[in-house]
Amino acid sequence: MTDVALGWWGVPLALLGGAIRASTPFLFVSLGECLTEKSGRINLGLEGILVMGAMSGYAISYLTGSPWLGVLVAGGVGALLGVLHAVICGLKRVNDIAVGIALMLFGIGLAFFLGKSFIQPAAPMLPSLDLGWWSGIAQVHAALQVNVLFIVGLLLAPAIAWGLRNTRWGLVLRMVGDSADAALAAGYSVNLVRLAATAAGGFLSGIGGSFLSLYYPGSWNERLSSGQGITAVALVIFARWQPMYCVYAALLFGAAGAIGPALQSVGVTSGYYLFNAAPYLLTLLIMAVTCSPKRALVGAPSELTISK
Amino acid sequence: MPVLAAKPAGAIVEAILIPALALVTALLLFGVFCAFRGVAPFELYALMFQGGFGSWFSWQNTLIRAAPLLLTALCTALPAQLGMVVIGGEGAFVLGGLAAASAAIALHGAAPLAVQLAMAAAGLLAGGLWIAMVGALRQYRGVNETISSLLLVYIAIALLNHLVEGPLRDPGSLNKPSTPPIGDAYMLANIPGTEVHWGFAFGVVVCVLAYVLIHHTVFGFSARVVGGNARAAKVVGLPIGRLVLGITFLAGAAPGLAGMVEVAAVDGQANGTLVAGYGYTGILVSFLARHHPLGIIPVAILMGGISASGGLLQRRLGLPDAATLVLQGTVFMCLLGSEVLHGRLSLPRLQRA
Repeated sequence: MTDVALGWWGVPLALLGGAIRASTPFLFVSLGECLTEKSGRINLGLEGILVMGAMSGYAISYLTGSPWLGVLVAGGVGALLGVLHAVICGLKRVNDIAVGIALMLFGIGLAFFLGKSFIQPAAPMLPSLDLGWWSGIAQVHAALQVNVLFIVGLLLAPAIAWGLRNTRWGLVLRMVGDSADAALAAGYSVNLVRLAATAAGGFLSGIGGSFLSLYYPGSWNERLSSGQGITAVALVIFARWQPMYCVYAALLFGAAGAIGPALQSVGVTSGYYLFNAAPYLLTLLIMAVTCSPKRALVGAPSELTISK
Repeated sequence: MPVLAAKPAGAIVEAILIPALALVTALLLFGVFCAFRGVAPFELYALMFQGGFGSWFSWQNTLIRAAPLLLTALCTALPAQLGMVVIGGEGAFVLGGLAAASAAIALHGAAPLAVQLAMAAAGLLAGGLWIAMVGALRQYRGVNETISSLLLVYIAIALLNHLVEGPLRDPGSLNKPSTPPIGDAYMLANIPGTEVHWGFAFGVVVCVLAYVLIHHTVFGFSARVVGGNARAAKVVGLPIGRLVLGITFLAGAAPGLAGMVEVAAVDGQANGTLVAGYGYTGILVSFLARHHPLGIIPVAILMGGISASGGLLQRRLGLPDAATLVLQGTVFMCLLGSEVLHGRLSLPRLQRA
């Protein structure tokens, strides 16, 4: 294998690599939030769940030696926090956006508190599939190291889209999200359906967090997440609550996050931090272009606080 | 939800009693949580009181920590009058500090008072424009203000990093990239007889001004009408766009000023230390105070006390410094859960004969 000097050709390659490597947390969190928002509730606390998932996944992987057990526990912790969100939101007069902010602060604080002792030791990492074996060029090889979770996420999106459209569960979920009154009349407990949807969303977000600590960047520290959770919430709006669009959006955001390091590798070092802000800037621009003050967004569940 | 009519006495008692109840519940839960780490709860509470309010020394520490919270809380409290949930105070705080440091560097050599005024103006303007952007995006593009304000926090931090590592970097700052120091001559003094800088007094004054603005002017009344019923506000012809932009500008100017104070009274230069989470704690302060500008003052002092006691908990009990973050998160959760109690407490009603 040779380390070929690719020059500027290295930039699109690095963006592809970034899209594959860094998009997984965006993908899982946005799919989870998509489910939650389809039920008519918004969970802004996914940032906190992501950080808790990252911490608990890393801790379990270190303690048991099994990174996959870590992923599972991270999902479980995420689901528990999702239930906490749903229970508080289920009370009368409680605003889900405010509970989300509280959960974000609570999750981050708890993760820093419990994770203090796991900053130093090295935990076993998740393995990756080598899809670049056919190439002799080291950069191509590196770009095509694909983590199994990424593939799971890619398969999950069409599965969720299908489930929402074609199953009884999907129909009930969408009904609760579009008209709580109709769901109530049909004999479904709105709070219970939302609880399940928020727990499922928390589960997926927790897994997204474990990817951060167990694969890329692949360590646990207090600066691990830099807003991927909240970006993913915005990304759902951009994806118009469609799981397949979440995939494209997540890939786009993964690539945007790789702009800084990619340009640095070809010698463009000024503005490194500004390029790191690219995903946030992109989210903001996309929201400014696609939202409208005059009407609710197409495809938005009508029970959602932000579309009322 | 702002209430326009004068509140009955029972409602005021409730507005104080219910958050207090939530606070006590959170303290109990936190005690149980720490008990799992082998810490005796009563020792914990005693140390927290001692670290926050037990002596003149700890009181001063508490007031210094409360100073930025008074102003960052307004970033959430003012837009709340319009029914908006803005949580981007951290970004305005960081940029306010950065703008203030830049102003001091640009005016180096001028009279101290002129430089300090310019720093304050730069901080107010930078923070104000930053959050006014949130208002404009909401008003003219329908972008959710909670999400956009939080995204802007990350963009503000990236801007800070970019500038202190590049164009504004002091070549002498090796380990921690920073702007050049503003110079001792330009630092804000302490309130005479204390170790507390003038920033605390600024914060209290600004909260009182915000109270007057919101509760005793036509501008504030209009804002609360919009928050109560946007459709009614439109029908009576209130200038909603101007109200949203004006309120969000003021909401950002307050944490911008707090950032200026942090640079001018504490750090002496702008660097990564500015990203200390004052903006996030401010959100909690605003919610605990039920977004009332005067309520912010005691709540900010209380939260300042909790964070001041963090060091003591770390030294004496070996708890991680994130312990105060856990407590803050728990308080927030309990507080929101306690919303359900409003109107349900059977308080003795004060009735007129």
